[in-house]
Amino acid sequence: MPAIHVENIVKRYGKKKEAVTALHGISLSVERGELFGIIGPDGAGKTSLFRILTTLLIPEEGSATVNDLDVVKDYKAIRQQVGYMPGKFSLYQDLTVAENLEFFATIFNTSIEEHYDLIKDIYVQIEPFRDRRAGKLSGGMKQKLALCCALIHEPSVLFLDEPTTGVDAVSRKEFWEMLRGLRARSITILVSTPYMDEASLCDRVALIQNGKIMSIDTPQGIIGSFQKPLYAARTSRMLEMQRNLLQMPGVEECYLCGEYSHVVTQPAIRTEQLIHYLQQHGHDQIDVKPVEPNIEDCFMDLMKN
Amino acid sequence: MSSDVIISANNLTKIFGDFRAVDGISFEVHPGEIFGFLGANGAGKTTAMRMLCGLSMPSSGSATVAGFDVYKEPEKIKRSIGYMSQKFSLYEDLTIRENIRFYAGIYGKSDAFIKEKTAALLEQLHLRSEANKLVRSLPLGWKQKLAFSVAIFHEPRIVFLDEPTGGVDPVTRREFWNMIYAAAGAGITVFVTTHYMDEAEYCSRVSIMVDGKIEALDTPAGLKQSLNAASMDEVFLKLARKAVRSGD
Repeated sequence: MPAIHVENIVKRYGKKKEAVTALHGISLSVERGELFGIIGPDGAGKTSLFRILTTLLIPEEGSATVNDLDVVKDYKAIRQQVGYMPGKFSLYQDLTVAENLEFFATIFNTSIEEHYDLIKDIYVQIEPFRDRRAGKLSGGMKQKLALCCALIHEPSVLFLDEPTTGVDAVSRKEFWEMLRGLRARSITILVSTPYMDEASLCDRVALIQNGKIMSIDTPQGIIGSFQKPLYAARTSRMLEMQRNLLQMPGVEECYLCGEYSHVVTQPAIRTEQLIHYLQQHGHDQIDVKPVEPNIEDCFMDLMKN
Repeated sequence: MSSDVIISANNLTKIFGDFRAVDGISFEVHPGEIFGFLGANGAGKTTAMRMLCGLSMPSSGSATVAGFDVYKEPEKIKRSIGYMSQKFSLYEDLTIRENIRFYAGIYGKSDAFIKEKTAALLEQLHLRSEANKLVRSLPLGWKQKLAFSVAIFHEPRIVFLDEPTGGVDPVTRREFWNMIYAAAGAGITVFVTTHYMDEAEYCSRVSIMVDGKIEALDTPAGLKQSLNAASMDEVFLKLARKAVRSGD
């Protein structure tokens, strides 16, 4: 049995006439012990899905189970078995680090000592501040404390809603290292993020946009399904290069991607043709080479369908 | 101040109690540049930006923005700049047209100016038929593009963008950067923070703050070369990993 199973979930907000549909019948399955990423921009429906799976919101249609328990009927049992870290910091700001942890342990009828082994690696990093109020912690520290509180009852499934949003590149890396550590202890983790580069750190991902899942696969699988030729191109005048390439027959897309622009073409177009075209248009310092797509390339390609 | 410098900071410092949030930063920004202001959470970026926007008095050091002194002429600075953040940008319960009118009015623009430019802007953003809809009803990507247009509506000399693309889908993120390029092309200086390292590549020059100090400042190519890094991501990790203090 999968740890999480979602079938045709529909979530609408608001009254009939002006109802907004946040989730348009989405389905997915997460295997036990998997690190599964929900990747998509703000407003895609990520938080609605998380709140349904953590039994905080009831879907209009469809069904979902966590550990084979129904998210509507068996909500009490699910709450005992899962850990949830919401996108917005939700611990008690006026309790200290130690008091927050103690509070969540007590609520789940356990103690900090009982499962200390599980949170140890993370908790030692914030222990020097154990008597500081949570509201006075830095962003990175808050995040670590929230993760400890979500783990204190040794959940079998962990829900992390945008744990790295607004977090700098260094702290994001550290957070993902912590997740790999938890995964090694066979906790099932469902994590959402708007940062597409984080997809490569998951076992499998679902790419979500406007309440619909566009693709579910391993990161390699998603990249492998990008069928068109893709080139990285650079000249001394990038904006003009983009304008020129977009008018070249056989070029479908040309967009910024770091120091290069990425160029999606029809199958017949080759590197030399792109270089020749740019030379004809008076560009210098031309550099064009075929590249592997990244998750953003795939995401944008799927968005067009 | 020489004529080709639009922001100049010299030993700019902000101390809260015994905490040196910004610790003697010095740099210059030239007109029309896209200046990337990077740093880890808690490095002091927001505090530095607030001083440059005339919202916070420095503890020591000096700075001029658009030719005005941050100590003596903060009100003149505010009139010369535009500002946009990820969190607060527009009034959700006002229409698109009302938001434009409100911000332009705050900057003292004439009715004729507002009327003419609003029409052009709505046309350019393909929002003419949506002009009388509440901003709340717009998708996030559109809100951010509109917020940027509103921030430069009064034709400021500099626009400060604080993480303008956080959480935005990849297509809109790129459209947003094309708007930034267009603004820079029209002579507006762009001062921008971001956590997306590919966006650091789009800047003319980038500074990286670590523990209140500017640890590096150069073109993206120059930074990669001097730190022997393949990407800006690697540059950032190499520098920011040195940080002693953490978080915001």
